[in-house]
Amino acid sequence: MAGEITIDIAHRFESGVEVGASLARTIAPGSILVLFGPSGAGKTTILRAIAGLMRPDRGRIVFEGRQWFDAAVDRCVRPQERRVGYVAQETALFPHLTVRANIEYGLRAATAESRRQRAGELIQLVGARGLEDRFPRQLSGGQAQRIALARALAPSPAMLLLDEPFGALDAATRRELRSEVRGVLRATGTSAILVTHDRLEAMAMGDELAVMIEGSLRQIGSVPEVFRRPADPAVARSLDVETVVAATVDGASGGLIDLRIGHARLVAIAGPECAVGAEVFACMRAEDVVVQRDASAQGSARNHLPGLVVGIEPEGAIDRVTVDCGFTLVAAITRQSREELALVPGSPVTAAIKATAIHVVPKV
Amino acid sequence: MDWTSIWVSVRLSAVTMVILAMVGVPVAYWIAFSRWRWKFLVEAVVALPLVLPPTVLGFYVLMAISPASPIGRGYLRAFGSTLPFSFQGLVVASVLYSLPFAVQPFSAAFAGVDRRLLEASWCLGESRLATFIRIVLPLSVPGLVTGMVLSFAHTLGEFGVVLMVGGNVPGVTRTVSISIYDAVQALDYRTAGQTSLLLLAGSFAILAVTYALQRSVWAVWPAK
Repeated sequence: MAGEITIDIAHRFESGVEVGASLARTIAPGSILVLFGPSGAGKTTILRAIAGLMRPDRGRIVFEGRQWFDAAVDRCVRPQERRVGYVAQETALFPHLTVRANIEYGLRAATAESRRQRAGELIQLVGARGLEDRFPRQLSGGQAQRIALARALAPSPAMLLLDEPFGALDAATRRELRSEVRGVLRATGTSAILVTHDRLEAMAMGDELAVMIEGSLRQIGSVPEVFRRPADPAVARSLDVETVVAATVDGASGGLIDLRIGHARLVAIAGPECAVGAEVFACMRAEDVVVQRDASAQGSARNHLPGLVVGIEPEGAIDRVTVDCGFTLVAAITRQSREELALVPGSPVTAAIKATAIHVVPKV
Repeated sequence: MDWTSIWVSVRLSAVTMVILAMVGVPVAYWIAFSRWRWKFLVEAVVALPLVLPPTVLGFYVLMAISPASPIGRGYLRAFGSTLPFSFQGLVVASVLYSLPFAVQPFSAAFAGVDRRLLEASWCLGESRLATFIRIVLPLSVPGLVTGMVLSFAHTLGEFGVVLMVGGNVPGVTRTVSISIYDAVQALDYRTAGQTSLLLLAGSFAILAVTYALQRSVWAVWPAK
């Protein structure tokens, strides 16, 4: 089946660091599996193993029914035969070749005519018209990354591997390229695995999110699912934000936007690419959420959401109170507050959160 | 001036340079990319001519190519002539003598190509050999030029090995350095001085042009 990948590998580096991952997923054409985790978590190792650029000690990798790697029978398909596109942070464009020649590089089997045509298509697709005859050193970071993407896509790879592709770019270019990459993947129907340590990027680009920490794959699932139910405290810490809900931008005025989450509504600060109708994630940290017994309490918070306490988890001096207010919201409050408010599961409360504490991440 | 011996030297240097370009590239490729644990032994052998007295190298080459040795016998059977004191014998000796001057710049250049470029090429479906031809070789042009120029210049100036292996046959194995030595022995300082000056100017010109070209070639290299 298209985009079906099974990975079950383990590797021990000479330094003693161990990296392993086990997952079986189908990455639908045009969609992205994000491999997220802090630097040094082993994300790149997994990606390189998939590409065939490194050989793990143990395990196997199966892609679309083909055995790419199986340590048990000493089988390791060469990267040349795996047909994956690989794009890294350092674009690794061939410095002695023009943009066009770089894009045509992987098409040697084709005729000169069809090579030229394919390169033309890709240059168009990544919006690099006019750069055909430049050399890589004459490109900006964003342009180089676009060309690297086009070069990787030219031979129509079965899957695209993106290793921190936007890491070296400034914030504005990064945002722009994220949605462009998404658009290109959709247009070409390519499945992709994207490695990133940027939480916002993981959220924005991931259809599914796999979290790696200290060399092991801890959790995999849809983006809201992983944020809602982190598998362990380390995953939760790496995600750094407790509530992530899918929302729709309903209206915008005076620098503020209205978000609709089911029946619930939130007011947040408008960011870039938050036009009316846009699908976004609303992210709220537990320490920014205030829990009140009295709905009429006055304060500066723009958002007051009536709901019911559905869970209380003690964590040191802090209690994590989960409130169902049309969506699940996590609040971190001190034990004293919880006791004074006499909160138990089932208590009716109002959750308050400032508009400025809601981080809005547009989906791409 | 002894134009005959100058011509012998230039011919010897050119032939040696061409052979070294062909032999040196595979050897340098192997040195640059092999992960064999005893690779350092091969590297040491290649570097030997740098430290060995030319007479020692010349002695062993003479032994190896004499009709008494298997190599010399094989050559005699194949070509009907012997190698010692012939131009061909000089070529064999020069190739060995100048080997490190070609192989070391070559392999340094090959190893200096960013590995990520090679991986990018493999992922685009190109074999290791195709990657070498399409990526490594073009990016190693400065190193290839350096290696070839150095092996040419080094062969031009060799003396001890030539004396041991080639003898002093005018028009065949009498190279320019030997001709200068002979001139000095004959107290013909005028000829010796003229030829020396020509050699000095020629060597300087070759190196100056090479380094000047290197600069512009290296400017094509991307800023890292």
